[in-house]
Amino acid sequence: MTALTAPLDVAALRADFPILGRTVRDGKRLVYLDSGATSQRPRQVLDAEREFLERHNAAVHRGAHQLAEEATDAYESARARIAAFVGVTPDEVVFTKNATEGINLVAYAMGNAATAGPESARFVLGPGDEIVVTEMEHHANLVPWQQLAQRTGATLRWFGVTDDGRLDLSDLDALVTERTRLVAFTHQSNVLGTVNPVAALVARAQAVGALTVLDACQSVPHAPVDLAALGVDFAVFSGHKMLGPSGIGVLYGRRELLGSMPPFLTGGSMIEMVEMARSTFAPPPQRFEAGVPMTSQAVGLGAAVDYLNAVGMDRVAEHEHALTVAALAGLAEIPGVRVLGPGLDAAGDVADRGGAVSFVIDGVHPHDAGQVLDDEGVAVRVGHHCAWPLHRRLAVPASVRASFYLYNDLGDIAALLDGVRAAQRFFGVA
Amino acid sequence: MQLQQMYQEIILDHYKNPHGRGLREPYDAESFQVNPTCGDEVTLRVRLAGDTVEDVSYEGQGCSISQASTSVLTDLVVGRGVADALSTMDAFVELMQGRGQVEPDEDVLEDGIAFAGVAKYPARVKCALLGWMAFKDALARTGGQA
Repeated sequence: MTALTAPLDVAALRADFPILGRTVRDGKRLVYLDSGATSQRPRQVLDAEREFLERHNAAVHRGAHQLAEEATDAYESARARIAAFVGVTPDEVVFTKNATEGINLVAYAMGNAATAGPESARFVLGPGDEIVVTEMEHHANLVPWQQLAQRTGATLRWFGVTDDGRLDLSDLDALVTERTRLVAFTHQSNVLGTVNPVAALVARAQAVGALTVLDACQSVPHAPVDLAALGVDFAVFSGHKMLGPSGIGVLYGRRELLGSMPPFLTGGSMIEMVEMARSTFAPPPQRFEAGVPMTSQAVGLGAAVDYLNAVGMDRVAEHEHALTVAALAGLAEIPGVRVLGPGLDAAGDVADRGGAVSFVIDGVHPHDAGQVLDDEGVAVRVGHHCAWPLHRRLAVPASVRASFYLYNDLGDIAALLDGVRAAQRFFGVA
Repeated sequence: MQLQQMYQEIILDHYKNPHGRGLREPYDAESFQVNPTCGDEVTLRVRLAGDTVEDVSYEGQGCSISQASTSVLTDLVVGRGVADALSTMDAFVELMQGRGQVEPDEDVLEDGIAFAGVAKYPARVKCALLGWMAFKDALARTGGQA
């Protein structure tokens, strides 16, 4: 990839992240390569949360006092900036606890559709209907659909994964048919780094009238993403993976769909009118935000989006691409290491691949490898990364995953590679 | 370097040369246990002769800690009375859940004392207990004394 813009000044960025300055395990420099699980937060985000809590905290969308007004403005301003960040309008953005809740919101709303009235008809599922997912999904984008299929009698089907970690679309037309009511898939695999061909999947889903749900947890934090341009019906992402707080996620839904979808959680804030025996509901997004919502978290996520915008998502993507290429090249040079997912091509580059690099080391269990890396100060994820079926497909019980973000540099990659070699030496396989 | 504290030679020896591995017949009960955070799994069978643990056989996949711990388990319980085996298990569980504050008794735990260092790493305690949980469950499934 040719650099379009000035490279990131990582040293300057790192100064914004206090946690990156600490040491671990007896004075080792912290090499944080687990941003795919959760990212670290810059001072700007922490300050925004603190400033909100010290100056403006109140329950939003209720009360008429000044703090309530300021808190509501801060909350809705965050919603507007977050919506703009992914190319959609504020009324299409629903705040949830996390991305998992966003997916469950859609799944439960669909489950509720059968008894919700004629305007919700397009969400109703039953026997004979099909839900299509992929074998590379995070459990969060698999289990809710398994459950919905069980509750409604619909059938769950899935795309397979090729040996090199791409989605197998060879049976696209056979898998996504007139019976398909919903196609749920990840934008970027949290294990393989694979970036899926959204356009092809959306085109086929639209051709058969199926809804699409995009898991954008690993894409929105790391590259420019325009959800409206992608044409998906729903998408989710989480705040804590994009420099923001935990406890907040985003569900995007196309306006007309959110407008006709029944609620999931009911109660305060989401109503239009309540009588003792029945209620009507507020328009979206409020319809899907029952109860007093998380507020400082929304403000923090708004600040995270501001931070990312200031850096520039193109530059973030380019930076992480360079780190990914360096990691893949380095791991390829270590005998006995096998990377799961797309590797480098003959030109030493790789397309449609993000900065999650999972691998296995012959003779060293991932847990043990992770322990050696941890001893060197290198924080990676070990296990199946909430993608158990994918690991089963790749015939490995677990893997080591290094995942990158804007605050990582080539020194971090070198530490990873050194740690892998150290693990091999420690367990006597090199 | 704290690694050596955790990965004592005894643990690595059991990992590389596990004792009692393989699934054998006959058996009275079998248990399958899995660690949902990492996918490590063990299938473990118990054969009793009266009140004595006559054989423990197992197959599984997992990290050095879970594999070595199951290997040590077979050394500690095979040929022992069920009550004796369970009290050894209690001592091992206490050691593992002790956050490194429990002083292990070598007379009771033998090679099991090597896992004292593992107890300082909360994320790995489940690994060390995987085979033991399978043993406990399998004993219970024999329908008797456990």
